[in-house]
Amino acid sequence: MVKLSINGRPEEIDVDPAMPILWVVRERFGMNGTKFGCGIAQCGACTVHLDGEPIRSCSTPISAAEGKAITTIEGIAAEDGTLSKVQQAWISEQVPQCGYCQSGQIMSATALLERSPQPSDEQIDAAMKGNVCRCGMYGRIRKAIKVAAGTEAPTRQESAT
Amino acid sequence: MSDSKFSKPPRSKAAKWTRRGFIGVGALAGGALIVGVAIRTGNPVGKLKPIVAGGEGEALINAWVKIGADNLVTAIVPHCEMGQGAQSTIAQMLADEMDVNWENIRVMDAPADGNYVSQHTVRTFIGPGTVPNRPNQASFMEPTYDGLFTQLGKLGDAYITGGSSSVRSTGQYGMRIAGAAARQMLVAAAAAEWGVPASEITTESTMLSHAKSGKSEAYAKFAAAAAEQDLPRAPRIKTVAEYKLMGMPAPRKDIPGKVDGTAIFGIDGGPEGQELKYAAVKAAPVVGARVESMDATVAKTMPGVLQILNMGDFVAVVADSYWQAQQALGAIETAYTKSEIDGLDSEQMFAGFTKALDEAGAKGGNTKADYGDAAGALSSAALKVEAEYKVPFLAHATMEPMNCTAWVRGGKCDIWTGSQVPLMARSGAAEGAGVSADDVTMHSVLLGGGFGRRLTAEYTNQAARIAKATGYPVRMIWSREEDTTQDFYRPADISRFSGGLDKDGKLLSWNNVHCTEDEPAEAALVEFYDIPNVSVRNAEVEMPLRLGSWRSVAHSQHGFFVESFIDELAHAAGKDPYEFRRTLLANSPRHLAVLDGAAKMAGWGSDLPEGHGRGIALARSFNSIVAEVAEVDMTGGKPRVTRMYCCVDAGFAMNPDGLTAQMESGIIYGLTAAMYDEITIKDGRVQQSNFHDYQMMRMGDAPRITVQIINGAPDNLGGAGEPGLPPAAPAVANAIFAATGQRIRELPIAKHFA
Repeated sequence: MVKLSINGRPEEIDVDPAMPILWVVRERFGMNGTKFGCGIAQCGACTVHLDGEPIRSCSTPISAAEGKAITTIEGIAAEDGTLSKVQQAWISEQVPQCGYCQSGQIMSATALLERSPQPSDEQIDAAMKGNVCRCGMYGRIRKAIKVAAGTEAPTRQESAT
Repeated sequence: MSDSKFSKPPRSKAAKWTRRGFIGVGALAGGALIVGVAIRTGNPVGKLKPIVAGGEGEALINAWVKIGADNLVTAIVPHCEMGQGAQSTIAQMLADEMDVNWENIRVMDAPADGNYVSQHTVRTFIGPGTVPNRPNQASFMEPTYDGLFTQLGKLGDAYITGGSSSVRSTGQYGMRIAGAAARQMLVAAAAAEWGVPASEITTESTMLSHAKSGKSEAYAKFAAAAAEQDLPRAPRIKTVAEYKLMGMPAPRKDIPGKVDGTAIFGIDGGPEGQELKYAAVKAAPVVGARVESMDATVAKTMPGVLQILNMGDFVAVVADSYWQAQQALGAIETAYTKSEIDGLDSEQMFAGFTKALDEAGAKGGNTKADYGDAAGALSSAALKVEAEYKVPFLAHATMEPMNCTAWVRGGKCDIWTGSQVPLMARSGAAEGAGVSADDVTMHSVLLGGGFGRRLTAEYTNQAARIAKATGYPVRMIWSREEDTTQDFYRPADISRFSGGLDKDGKLLSWNNVHCTEDEPAEAALVEFYDIPNVSVRNAEVEMPLRLGSWRSVAHSQHGFFVESFIDELAHAAGKDPYEFRRTLLANSPRHLAVLDGAAKMAGWGSDLPEGHGRGIALARSFNSIVAEVAEVDMTGGKPRVTRMYCCVDAGFAMNPDGLTAQMESGIIYGLTAAMYDEITIKDGRVQQSNFHDYQMMRMGDAPRITVQIINGAPDNLGGAGEPGLPPAAPAVANAIFAATGQRIRELPIAKHFA
């Protein structure tokens, strides 16, 4: 039995303690926003927060979450559904293409901005180096992080409906 | 060989079909209007029929639009969304012609099956019993639009998402017409109801208005009546000056779901409310080999394991959790049969390429282009230049590994997956499930990357076979290792050139022979350059791996070959590579404008810091022209690409932000391969397995990219998804030469700086 909280909700689950957080989140909690990309912590598509720190959930056993808080992409908007600043910037900069990596990108960017509210380019490089975007939207991700940080103006104000 | 035809190489080229176009209209339950353009292939019965899976000669829906009672207008798009944004852009074209405001537009995937959405929707619309009720149905399009549909048929892409064709085919020749027709029918319906001339009715923002009487109503109010109107013979299409949404950076409809975790990809799809089981698979690692025996003694006892299947060409473990399935799969000892290529290594294969090129010599092989007297002009040239280039196999490495959820029961099969060829995906599942294609329902969802990888159906075939063997819904997911080693690869190639210059450095003779079969056919050609004597040939070689279409297909190799050799010729002639290209573009003004655009953006000719270099390259592919300038920094001893300047002419940018995004994406995809990647073979097996040995470009290595758009031919649209890629590798290789004098003739570049 592992006790933890997920997106603020306390949970207790009977699961093999070696099972990676990724598969617990997806299969046991039915939250599919966190993605499987490589299985060896090389691509970052599975990034979630464990007590606020970005981790690769494909390679972190659920036992590591005992007594801790997991936050996934489903848990970063406000309770009333208002998107986080990072999510809003991802829309204003039209960041996603295929979108498969973007949950992980957003989780890494969110953690970065909590540590460094106005990150330098070098800090962005370091924080985001574990997240691959095969569609190559690195320029837009960088811009969106700066928009979310308030250091650059958004490209567009309206959002898609 | 493998059990299924779907594990064999796909046809890389869509068949050339002859088609005739139809536009259809009908009323939906609830009184909504639906207008669509159906493309019929050669059908001997002469009737439209519901879609039948895959293959040639079968009917398919090209485009639809429906209006709901809520005045929301849905574009039902027969192209998948894999990041290229085509669904949104096509909907934008429809919305503009129909005078629907962007907020009122919704997008959905066209069904891959006549049964898919609802029988009322689909069968009413395209079913044989309904469409022919319309007078002049069969002939009404022909005088005006047959030419357009013939053009669409030539593209051969209406049933697939590939070839950078969605916007320029379906959008330009289908959705715009459907939108314009729908608008005209709404106007006619309102004119009848209001008793006013149609010419006095205006449309804007999904509303119909009559100024004199002050009447104004939403489209939805007239949707049912519009469906009763005669089909317009020639719906009027807007001129460029009338565009409102076309040419604007409308925000994509799929993006909000991709920032909050709600977007559903293949790996997320499945039946509502049904518990899933999970399958991990491992196919025989050498092409043509089969599973000879397996020892699952340990695996059988592992937690959560439900079934272990020897499927002949692959082994599958089905378990309560995917992780459990993976763990058990790893515990199975498998032996494989011998394959013809068991002993093959990359070096041997390339030796075979060299031998084929030697045998082709100066005149052999298949002729791709032959004008002037290339051999004669070469022999009399004042200066001869020779070079040979080499590129490896490449994997697609979509972020989302291949996967498919399948459920086979009661003679029916449901699959949930992302595919660039939904009808083929359905056929693959049908064969695997042992049912007819009509008994397979394909639930199309988002693709976590395509790039040509999802043009095959072996993964839906596998999933259906597993689901058939188990009876319950199973989500099969390939590991990254499986995805890397079981791809349909971009072909390796060697290309040889000899060029002849006169004493003034004018290029007189161009001779090229290479190994790959060119797809598209013009990939290796240089017709836009003014070279009087040209010979381009290819030599046939054996390719040991399964081959597929990889973003920009053969342009990915020939862009590098051609633009590297042009650069070598320029330097041999003692000329600036940009100026040298300019002199060859006297008859290609659009190419010249694009080249000039990129050079100007980059400040070509201005000083760079010590150890930095600038390279330029030009390519036309998928009817778009792209020039790129790369800046590299060699001061660290290894190349670092710091800037990419890109100028593109895609005829007309329907969504300039979308086109820009595609250029950015194509550049990074091309640079990733150019800098880092190769798939190599040892003992018949692919040696790379995951992102540690098949590397991706990451944030810190990605150059700053600037894109400039030229709308050089508004009625002659080009593609977006692929054309940004071909110039990227040669621009960087040429920049490395400019900085160091080191000529890169083999990719990946990292090999030369290890």
